[in-house]
Amino acid sequence: MSESKLKRVDLIFGEYSNTKYKVLADTLKRRNEDILEDLMESGLKGRGGAGFPTAMKWKLAADAPSDTKYVICNADEGEPGTFKDREILSRVPRKVFSGMAICGKVIGAQKGYIYLRSEYKFLLPELTRELEMFHEHIGKMGFDFPIEIKLGSGAYICGEESALFESMEGFRGEPRNKPPYPTTHGFMGKPTVINNVETFVNVVMIMRLGPVQFKLLGTTDSRGSKVFSVSGDTPIPGIYELELGMPLDRFVEEFGDGDTKAVQVGGASGFCVPRKKFKDTIIGFEGVPTGGSMMLFNSSRSMYNVLHNYLDFFEEESCGQCTPCRVGCQQLRKGIVAVKKGDKKAGYLDQLLKLSESMKITAKCGLGQSVANSFSSIVNNFKEEMIY
Amino acid sequence: MSKKINLTIDGINVSVDPGTTILDAARKLNIHIPTLCYHEDLCVAGNCRVCVVEQENSRTLPASCATPAAEGMVIHTNSGKVRVARKHIVELLLSEHNADCTKCYKNGNCELQSLASQMLTGDHMFLDLVPDKHYTIDMFNSAIVKDDSRCIRCQRCVRTCEELQSVSALSVAYRGNNMKISTFFEHPLFEVVCTNCGQCVNRCPTGALIERNYVDQVWDAIYDPAKHVVVQTAPAVRIALGEALGMPPGMIVTGKMVTSLKRLGFDAVLDTDFTADLTIIEEGYELVERLKRALVDKDPEVALPMATSCSPAWIKFLEHTYPDLLPNLSTCKSPQQMFGALVKTYYAQKKKLDPKNLVSVSIMPCTAKKFEADRPEMRSSGYKDVDYVLTTRELAIMITQAGMEFDKLPESHFDNIMGMSTGAAVIFGTTGGVMEAAIRTVYEVVTGREVPFESLNITPVRGTEGEVREASLLITGTKPEFKFLEGVELKCVVANGLAYAKKVMQNVKDGNANYHFIEIMACPGGCLGGGGQPIPTNKEIRAKRTQAIYEEDLGMPLRKSHDNPEVQELYRDFLIKPLGHKSHELLHTHYTPRKRY
Ligand SMILES: Cc1cc2nc3c(=O)[nH]c(=O)nc-3n(C[C@H](O)[C@H](O)[C@H](O)COP(=O)(O)O)c2cc1C
Ligand code: SF4
Ligand code: SF4
Ligand code: SF4
Ligand code: SF4
Ligand code: FES
Repeated sequence: MSESKLKRVDLIFGEYSNTKYKVLADTLKRRNEDILEDLMESGLKGRGGAGFPTAMKWKLAADAPSDTKYVICNADEGEPGTFKDREILSRVPRKVFSGMAICGKVIGAQKGYIYLRSEYKFLLPELTRELEMFHEHIGKMGFDFPIEIKLGSGAYICGEESALFESMEGFRGEPRNKPPYPTTHGFMGKPTVINNVETFVNVVMIMRLGPVQFKLLGTTDSRGSKVFSVSGDTPIPGIYELELGMPLDRFVEEFGDGDTKAVQVGGASGFCVPRKKFKDTIIGFEGVPTGGSMMLFNSSRSMYNVLHNYLDFFEEESCGQCTPCRVGCQQLRKGIVAVKKGDKKAGYLDQLLKLSESMKITAKCGLGQSVANSFSSIVNNFKEEMIY
Repeated sequence: MSKKINLTIDGINVSVDPGTTILDAARKLNIHIPTLCYHEDLCVAGNCRVCVVEQENSRTLPASCATPAAEGMVIHTNSGKVRVARKHIVELLLSEHNADCTKCYKNGNCELQSLASQMLTGDHMFLDLVPDKHYTIDMFNSAIVKDDSRCIRCQRCVRTCEELQSVSALSVAYRGNNMKISTFFEHPLFEVVCTNCGQCVNRCPTGALIERNYVDQVWDAIYDPAKHVVVQTAPAVRIALGEALGMPPGMIVTGKMVTSLKRLGFDAVLDTDFTADLTIIEEGYELVERLKRALVDKDPEVALPMATSCSPAWIKFLEHTYPDLLPNLSTCKSPQQMFGALVKTYYAQKKKLDPKNLVSVSIMPCTAKKFEADRPEMRSSGYKDVDYVLTTRELAIMITQAGMEFDKLPESHFDNIMGMSTGAAVIFGTTGGVMEAAIRTVYEVVTGREVPFESLNITPVRGTEGEVREASLLITGTKPEFKFLEGVELKCVVANGLAYAKKVMQNVKDGNANYHFIEIMACPGGCLGGGGQPIPTNKEIRAKRTQAIYEEDLGMPLRKSHDNPEVQELYRDFLIKPLGHKSHELLHTHYTPRKRY
């Protein structure tokens, strides 16, 4: 890949300094307003999928009146086809801890938690060792910010922030009603900032480079770089840090096998982009956003099977509490089977598309709301494959 | 915080207090948004989503029950978008639902059914998912049937059991398509901590949780010419039965109820209130006896405080939760079971009937009493003391089946014997009532004077839900034989709803309470809010029932249990004296320690 057309970046994983926790030490000396200002200026948006402006989230939590506040790092990484947070945590855990501590300082939190996907248990010994070192260092800086690791409960839905709190509090992982939002009523009902692993690393990056340099990467709506998990029909699957805002055709040129017919951007809850739309699709918040998963499909794949797999996944991973999602997912999956088998006429797909629209606007949380993304983008773009 | 929030709903401006939900704001405007998982008595779940509304400039349709009104909000409750979404949601629920209404106990009183008919469902919009579901029905319990095929997973029952009752017998199990309401390791209800209180039944919007009904068995007994069928009616039935027969809440229908029972064909229509009065005598003497053992004999074994024992769900709760506190329970059976034991002994003797031909039926506001009647220790007459327990709702069904226009029925009186009662018995139906009735009697027995409260209304123990009420009464001027109580300040506490009962008992267990006498009723508001009462239930309805009970008490010629002439006669001719040999044989019982899991 010598004549790469995409800008490869090495900011997330790269070494910043020979002195351990230098960026953190420097940042802790700064005023909270200045840190927030830099974050605001950088335009950083959360890397967990929803793309909420990070500075705004922190500001809301900072302004929330409470003696007790929390910082939580969401390392539940359950989206099929995503494994970038694992990579970050195993290669640059110190950047994650630093980002959390900076957040703790800015919002006035006393404690941080890392909610670690249970399948990543193997990272625990190393992370625990690193944490000990971190606590030692930060102690020397005169800042008290203990970070604790909590193991996830093995359910995809527990990556949803409010379900994550419930799970951490020892309850069943069911999303809560919003509002109120985590910034005022989060973990234990206290103001909480919850960010993705990568978001915290980005914060440290911004603290080191300054917002101006950070903004040189990406586009107006999608600042900075992003770690992508590339999988599927590609000769070079793996983890890549790329500039945000790239057009999909260039991505396919680089990662495809020459026969790519579709790319699923953002995993099961993301969108499927067919070949004819590669050229006009931007990867970023202004186009098709992604938490990092990029899955390529070549012409040997049945998009019906792809969709069926996704729906299977949602049907089982829905927490099951709300009607549109619990029953809707079952209806969508059984519905496409019925059409395929000829038990239902092709027109039934339109009925299902309408149903998925209702799910999108009435489901209680992001899981049920996002089923329509893959459903409608696959059904609309590959209708023949659904029927014949 | 008192600043009002202004919003627009369906083009109408409305100002509400901060924290008001969109649903409540709409209700203020008399706009009715359909709901299923929402229940006034419970915390908001926001899971059924039928209450969604359109909010301008919002990507999604918020659930109105779970979303607080915000300044400047523009809401549409009936837009095209809302209608389509709502219809989809109800159709989805029905696609998972065994909607066989004609075979369902809740047919005609089902929130899902009325919503479905409102929405003109029925065009099979989606696939029928029921055949693949393998739903289970738990009918192994003598009180409650749980039919998962009718469950819409609204979790009202889970919230009820946890929030109101702190029992948590029900919980959500599994995820996604397999999500269901379950019990500990999916054991049947009779094997878990469930107290049979029926509060979940009262709040289930569908036929998924219902009482086990014995209507047909009772009809069979009535039609059997060889049987003499005796019916007793609990205090809280007479102020709620009307609700199940088209009357507004808070109506006292005692006379009509008696008429209807006679017309149904019961051979004798008697009153649980009679044994409520009896309970007061036995329990009052038991309390005095325990106090004497503590104060005079300095007996370290005596269990004080003493707690009332007339609420069978409360009994089972204590057996599971605080088995070490069982000695604190009064050994008195509930009025229902005292009645049952006397019907097949005293009553049979007096009426010259063979107890084996007697069928004893009780009409109760309660589902737990079905379980109680089935307890092995409840056979002290040599027979099953109470053969069938019907809820207020089941009686309403029988009355409807018999084609009676209830509100037009004339009034009539209970039969004798065991049909007479006092106002003290009537108030057994409400929280604080047993306490008040007991004090009216104990005070007079001990001092020879009436309790020093205007019109005998002991207001400090009266009250409503959601509180633990403490009260104390200074005893002075005692009769010589009760000298040991002179100057004693009798400390009482009253709680209703098992969540509050738990608070009281935890205090007792921790040694932080110096009470003498505890009254517990398992259901919110007391028996008037019992698990067998008409559906729906909410605070407002229960408040009206409470009012009716106190009205009925005030209207009674006799207001103190010990003045009940039939009770006096019972002691004279049969029991000889309170806490005597016969009493112990027939009217007192023992309890069984149980595990939580
Ligand atoms: C079903 C579901 C699963 C999610 N899983 C994750 C996850 O594994 N990791 C993550 O960071 N965010 C996940 N999210 C998003 C979080 O709710 C939350 O928005 C995010 O952690 C916020 O961090 P950010 O602002 O840094 O993106 C999930 C959301 C939903 C609806
Ligand atoms: S949308 Fe799905 S996952 Fe989210 S609350 Fe509803 S059922 Fe649970
Ligand atoms: S629960 Fe309601 S909708 Fe369902 S079968 Fe019974 S009456 Fe019909
Ligand atoms: S049993 Fe009734 S109350 Fe409980 S979840 Fe099912 S429908 Fe709701
Ligand atoms: S009957 Fe009472 S204790 Fe049993 S499950 Fe229902 S609410 Fe809980
Ligand atoms: S009534 Fe509002 S979500 Fe169920």
